[in-house]
Amino acid sequence: MAQLISLDSLTAPTTARQMEKSLSEGGCSSSSCGSSSGPADLAPEIWEKVKDHPCYSEEAHHYFARMHVAVAPACNIQCNYCNRKYDCANESRPGVVSEKLTPEQAIRKVVAVANEVPQLSVLGIAGPGDACYDWKKTRATFDSIAKVIPDIKLCLSTNGLALPDHVDEIADMNIDHVTITINMVDPEVGTGIYPWIFHRHRRWTGLDASRILHERQMEGLEMLAARKILVKVNSVMIPGINDEHLIEVNRVVKSKGAFLHNIMPLISDPAHGTHFGLTGQRGPRAMELKALQDRLEDGTKLMRHCRQCRADAVGLLGEDRGQEFTLDQLPAEVSYDPNKRAAYREVVAAERGEHVSHKAAADAALADVGEAPTLLVAIATKGGGRINQHFGHAREFQVYEVSPAGIRFISHRKVDQYCQGGWGEDATLDGVIEMLDGISFVLCAKIGDCPKDSLKAAGIAVSDDYAHEWIEAGIAAWYKAEYGAEIRLSA
Amino acid sequence: MALKIVASQCTVCGACEFECPNVAIRMKGDIYVIDPKKCTECEGQFDSPQCAAVCPVPNTCIKA
Repeated sequence: MAQLISLDSLTAPTTARQMEKSLSEGGCSSSSCGSSSGPADLAPEIWEKVKDHPCYSEEAHHYFARMHVAVAPACNIQCNYCNRKYDCANESRPGVVSEKLTPEQAIRKVVAVANEVPQLSVLGIAGPGDACYDWKKTRATFDSIAKVIPDIKLCLSTNGLALPDHVDEIADMNIDHVTITINMVDPEVGTGIYPWIFHRHRRWTGLDASRILHERQMEGLEMLAARKILVKVNSVMIPGINDEHLIEVNRVVKSKGAFLHNIMPLISDPAHGTHFGLTGQRGPRAMELKALQDRLEDGTKLMRHCRQCRADAVGLLGEDRGQEFTLDQLPAEVSYDPNKRAAYREVVAAERGEHVSHKAAADAALADVGEAPTLLVAIATKGGGRINQHFGHAREFQVYEVSPAGIRFISHRKVDQYCQGGWGEDATLDGVIEMLDGISFVLCAKIGDCPKDSLKAAGIAVSDDYAHEWIEAGIAAWYKAEYGAEIRLSA
Repeated sequence: MALKIVASQCTVCGACEFECPNVAIRMKGDIYVIDPKKCTECEGQFDSPQCAAVCPVPNTCIKA
């Protein structure tokens, strides 16, 4: 059910003064990593908005699920990383065509999912084109669903070009969360990313296109911030084009009131047919992405748990149950049953308390380790906050940073599954080792001798001694065994 | 004087439908078609045909 989380802020002391401080600073004063902010460093009304939103709260993403409905296929700009012959590569894993829905079909799908997936807390429209440009369909979908499931959070994602035209409606419709994709704040940089835009009845190219887009994005961001709507800024990190520039983007969007900044790696592959894919523009390596994110730690809160999900994704981040809810599988008539979701919320309320105490115990255990290095640890987990995945079955690893100062969630890294029905593929293992670049240690539920030796040869230690422990407890125990005195596991 | 949509290239995103000032574009089955009786190629209305200007796929809204 639940996966792992960083709970730093939940364990930190809360004072009214801190709350006032974070309120006056627009919620951007967090000293903790990522969007793991809890009540400790957020104003109560902001915490209320983000606590159940898996994309805005790293903590929530282990408990709550989102779904996107692909009702907005039309777009008003062309991005070099996107090929709309298929889908927006930014919002969905490319190469898989999503099922476009009419607003009526979307309502049916949302109700069917809400009845089956009690974790559902957020309905988003992320294209596959642009939710603000294809506004009539976005609006019709949200208006109808708000009548059927009043407590579902509404969320949309846009390139920002048409955003200023709809901000008042967005506010009226109680859309709490808006994501704007901002890849540059300098139109010169934009010319390498946007070949054209469609605005005011004509197509604009070159510097004009990027200048208009930039002005509209800034206008939209400021209008949303003025209305206290939480804005997440997504930026696609494109090595050699905007990687260094994203430092400036971070500074600007922070100053204009963005709540969260999510830097995503460019997805680029010739098979996707995108301009960048076809011209050999590479995406950043995991450590390059981390290096950039680390330089921005003092900026707007960074989101590190983004899975760059599809425009029709369903489920917890990191899983996609979209294929279970395709149109042909939906009943013709659906009626909403709120009981499952209500029961699940009660369970989560209890779980969250338990997690907090385990995380606090792990951090406390590290406090008396003296001088020790800061290391990255990769965890194989299938959820529940525990080290409970077989190494060979892992499709992604959750990466944590550990130092005497504590343990914090850094990112996830996708890998090709190494083990298939008992057989491991050496070629795949090489790929896994490559993806574990920079990792010192791997904790998993079980691993065979052969991959263990290969990892060791690559300089990565691995252990299944901490199988089924809480993740933080396992990391703390291993770290302390390496660098400090023996400690008792807290689980 | 009218434009047409090359159905094999069309992504069915629908952007042209709501940009068309003449309401000449509509869904016919699974594809979008331009009604040649209504299409003016946007002459006298805009600098260039709106469907072609907004279409994400090059050479998909072309002269019939």
